[in-house]
Amino acid sequence: MAYFRVSDITKYFGGLAAVNRVTFQVEQGQIYGLIGPNGSGKTTIFNLINAYFPLTHGEIFFEGQMISGLKTYQICRRGIGRTFQVVKPLKRMTVMDNVIASAFLHSRTKSQAVDLAEEMIEFCGLVPHKLKLAKSLPIASRKRLEITRALATKPKLLLLDETAAGLNPHEMDEAIGLIKKIRDAGVTIIIVEHIMKVIMTISDRILAINHGMAIAEGTPSEVASDPEVISAYLGEDFRAES
Amino acid sequence: MKQYTRPLICLAVLIALPWIVQHPYPQHLMILILMWAAIGSGWNLISGYTGQVLFGAAAFFGTGAYTAALLVNKLELSAWWGLPLGAVTSVLLAFPFGWISFRLRGPYFALVTLALNEIMRSIATEWESLTEGMVGLLVTQTWVSKVPYYYVALVLAAGSIVAMEFITRSRLGYYFVSIREDQDAAESLGINTVFYKMVSLCVSACMIGLAGALYTNYMGFIDPKVVFALHDISIVAILVGIVGGVGTIYGPLVGATIMVAVMEGFRSGAFGLLHILANITGSPLVATLTKYVTQAHLLAFGVLVIMVILYLPNGIMGDWPILRKYLFFWKRGSA
Repeated sequence: MAYFRVSDITKYFGGLAAVNRVTFQVEQGQIYGLIGPNGSGKTTIFNLINAYFPLTHGEIFFEGQMISGLKTYQICRRGIGRTFQVVKPLKRMTVMDNVIASAFLHSRTKSQAVDLAEEMIEFCGLVPHKLKLAKSLPIASRKRLEITRALATKPKLLLLDETAAGLNPHEMDEAIGLIKKIRDAGVTIIIVEHIMKVIMTISDRILAINHGMAIAEGTPSEVASDPEVISAYLGEDFRAES
Repeated sequence: MKQYTRPLICLAVLIALPWIVQHPYPQHLMILILMWAAIGSGWNLISGYTGQVLFGAAAFFGTGAYTAALLVNKLELSAWWGLPLGAVTSVLLAFPFGWISFRLRGPYFALVTLALNEIMRSIATEWESLTEGMVGLLVTQTWVSKVPYYYVALVLAAGSIVAMEFITRSRLGYYFVSIREDQDAAESLGINTVFYKMVSLCVSACMIGLAGALYTNYMGFIDPKVVFALHDISIVAILVGIVGGVGTIYGPLVGATIMVAVMEGFRSGAFGLLHILANITGSPLVATLTKYVTQAHLLAFGVLVIMVILYLPNGIMGDWPILRKYLFFWKRGSA
């Protein structure tokens, strides 16, 4: 039994299949990449995994148990954390309070929550911003705050949604370093990313989707040379002659 | 402990106040202020901290008030039993309405509480066999002096503020503010938002219901028009919160002081000054003016809210750093 398995999930918005019969599985300790052109359904898959939207059809299994049908907060308690592509900081709270609020999930007392929050802020390198209001942070730090907050819920599986989008090259390298550090700490990661530099360097396996359907799956180099993927990104004219 | 110095001094002054101020009228105003501070704290918890705007505080206030009055009139118990039981009935009322409306987001909760306010008033008006309808219910007051009531009100207000202080520093406080700031984010951080919104509403209803039961005991008479009043209870509860400072612990106390001062200032014609002026001058113009001014407190509320929203959008306590700068500047300028 795979560590995390998505089986045949489908989501219809009215008559449109945003996600259509997608199946994949992730092994423990992997970084699993999701790629695809704009609007191909990557973020929708995340929203289905953490039950932000209800599934139209299909099942999701985590650690051998079915998690589809649970509520968003229950899925978080099972150990699946997520970040949002459009960051959702708790604006009128300080960075520290943001992290404490999520650290309460696995802390019995406030001092435990504070300790955990301190540790996570240190881990993600947000110490200089600790006492600033979340709304005053620049985008790179907000993205980092999203990750910090998700980590404070002690996830076993982390869903990262376009963590590197909008960052400059230097910040992007830092983000890659942080993601690797999280993986080394024993967290399995599923990542949605547009920037090929990021996804190709860190992913163990990649799933490419287009129009809500899986078109290729494999190691980064396999996916990058797949004719379907090339045509999805660059159009029919560039279909590799094979 | 340094952070508690000022509140403790404040509390000491409030405890000593009945010895300093012996006249019943200022004592009556103080009781009103403390009662409104408790109601404002309740409103502030669900609306200021949890971000679910409560438009029908009077529904809980009136429920508490009627519980106390009915205990006397129907069961011949002491009206003071109305304090614990009024809190319980308010929570029981809050529970099903929150349970239904918190599943939805946006303005539904606010609208439901507005409707709840009107529903409760209709029930109290129409169910004459139980509530005597518009005739109202009489309760014999326990004490002639205002001082005992003052201390009960003080315990209630101080209790509410201590409870707020305690809640906001705990897990509950962090969860409430997370829900206010971003419900989706809160949910994906493992917070059961429906449950915690219910907790917040129930604690609020409890505080407001207690204040309602105190009102019955203190005033000795209630009718549906007074305790389920949309404009005199529900709206004033919102104004207390907004003027004092949404999402601040001492804001409701400050807001209550200002609102009661404005309310009574207008109602009594600048605390009787206008009546005296009218008598001295004997001019019919001043007398007419007095009549209008005594009716103008609602207008004053409107103006006050506009001023606060324009210049102090976070309320007096929320914008205290800005306000203090102005006051300091003004003092320095005049020196």
